[in-house]
Amino acid sequence: MELMLAISLGLLTAVGLWLLLRARTFDAILGLTLLSYAVNVFIFLMERVRIGVPPIIAKGTAPTLANYADPLPQALVLTAIVISFGMTALLLVIALRAQAETGCDHVDGAEEGDDGEPASSRRKDGG
Amino acid sequence: MAAELSHWIIVPVVLPLLAGGGLVLLERVRPAWVREVSLASVLLQLAVAVHLLAWADSGRVGAYLLGNWPAPFGIALALDRLGALMLLLTAAVALASVLYARGGDEARSPHFHALFQFQLMGLNGAFLTADLFNLFVFFEVLLIASYGLLLHGGGAGRLRASVHYVIFNLAGSALFLIAVAMLFGVTGTLNMADLALRVAQLGAEDAVLVRSAALLLLVVFCVKAALLPLYFWLPDAYGSATPPVAALFAIMTKVGVYAIARMYTLVFGDGGGVAAHVAWPWLPAFALGTLALAAVGALAARRMRTLAAYIVIASAGTLLLAVGLGTEAGVAAAVFYLVNSTLVAAALFLLVDRIAALRGSLRDRLRPAPLPQGGWASTGALYAVFAISAAGVPPLAGFLGKGFVLDAALAAPMTVAAWTVILVSSLGLLIALARAGTTLFWAGQDGAAPAAAAAHGAHRLALLWLLLLVIANAVFAGALAQFAQSTARQLAERRPYIDAVLGTKPVAPLRTPRQGVKK
Repeated sequence: MELMLAISLGLLTAVGLWLLLRARTFDAILGLTLLSYAVNVFIFLMERVRIGVPPIIAKGTAPTLANYADPLPQALVLTAIVISFGMTALLLVIALRAQAETGCDHVDGAEEGDDGEPASSRRKDGG
Repeated sequence: MAAELSHWIIVPVVLPLLAGGGLVLLERVRPAWVREVSLASVLLQLAVAVHLLAWADSGRVGAYLLGNWPAPFGIALALDRLGALMLLLTAAVALASVLYARGGDEARSPHFHALFQFQLMGLNGAFLTADLFNLFVFFEVLLIASYGLLLHGGGAGRLRASVHYVIFNLAGSALFLIAVAMLFGVTGTLNMADLALRVAQLGAEDAVLVRSAALLLLVVFCVKAALLPLYFWLPDAYGSATPPVAALFAIMTKVGVYAIARMYTLVFGDGGGVAAHVAWPWLPAFALGTLALAAVGALAARRMRTLAAYIVIASAGTLLLAVGLGTEAGVAAAVFYLVNSTLVAAALFLLVDRIAALRGSLRDRLRPAPLPQGGWASTGALYAVFAISAAGVPPLAGFLGKGFVLDAALAAPMTVAAWTVILVSSLGLLIALARAGTTLFWAGQDGAAPAAAAAHGAHRLALLWLLLLVIANAVFAGALAQFAQSTARQLAERRPYIDAVLGTKPVAPLRTPRQGVKK
């Protein structure tokens, strides 16, 4: 199980990074989302892989970490999910506005080979 | 002792939070009051910061248990000399920024003041927190506010800079979380004081994990501080932000410097066990590279704002070099230089806007133009003062700060490289600033000068406040140097911070809890 989780984490991170480096806003957002999935699972696993242990203390079981899951990583993951969700939403808005203003979805606001000045004349092609 | 500080320590976080939240509501009902409330909030924060600094200057460390949970379990805030100084510096720069914004920039798009207050909340929280995950949360608070502020005013240029800035910082946040999770996995704690104790006890089998976590964290903080391979977002972002925002951003790179100074003395410093001094082999080398490239960038800048942005990068390089020396003298030099470099960078961003407004269509491009009439001489004089302090020429405090850094570098293994790069890059900055000054203020062309818009009173007030601070920084340099020394000593001692955070007991409830209500 550890091996499977490790491989899937590695895959998620690799795909996320590759998309992030594609220099298109849509790809970058997808890449960041995958990367944050990987990070969230990673935080979750920092408490070691265990099955069938609750994070809430119940009567009749000794209150030691042998019988329970540490609730802290779960709280951290929750915070991380909320934050990355909010950030992704914001990034989407910025990316859409940038696309509307520059007429291109390259992260530099201009295609490679251009002089970097986003020509408003190109806006028509962008749809 | 703790009772004496009582709840003051949380005021710098709660006050801007309430002000920011209130301003969002107030914008609809009483739009005219917004700027006054925002200004009042910043003034109050300044007063509280002065009070906290006076308290911390006695050498005590204050801790505050949020939610009244005992320290390693709940989140704790802690106040020491370094934190108090950063709070005061933030409030001082914020005052200049909010004053300047009253001159018209605040109206360029909605919610400026609310975002401004949230940004202050994130900054103050990052300087106060004693919990690593809480530091991440405050980083996100200040970042998300800064995304909004960077976009303030709109336009394709700002959008383009924002896309880079946001994506870059989101990737940085992912790295931050990975580093935090690794540290938690190895030590089982996130409280910085507790982390310092646990990391020291780790055996050799965890050495690789904890060292890689420490270095990942260093990368994250260097993203914030704009160190060599990670600074390319900065000139664009700072160059396109509205002037009061850019001035406030001058303190943002210092958050990274602060976090490095805190974590790599407290947790990964002398007492760091297997992870001791993990950052010091890397930091000075990259800092020197940053400094060298910043000087090149400053010399190549074609606009005054780009030049100011490269001065921010150069100051980050100098600061991280000083911290990265890993000695008490180095940290002291960094603390001293930090004050001056932040104030000067903020002042330059505001002044550039005045210059651009007076020059008309050429804005801040470094090309000769007909000299404007009204207010040009005083603008030039201000530029001279700020440029002298930024380049590190006597008699202002920038010179002393660089002197302290050079002096601290004498005891380090890389003295020759450090001296060469600092001195040559200073020369480069000096040439860039002097050339920009002569182009802007002396190389006048014949022709009709544009009708100069009179400076707004708020603009004058903001620049005057920063001028006052820069000069006061030079006049009271002795006192500040002493303060920087004791700050560095406090950071090196570690023990007071750890004892204060872990030793603070939860407050007893005011009255006994009610008996269970029976239904």
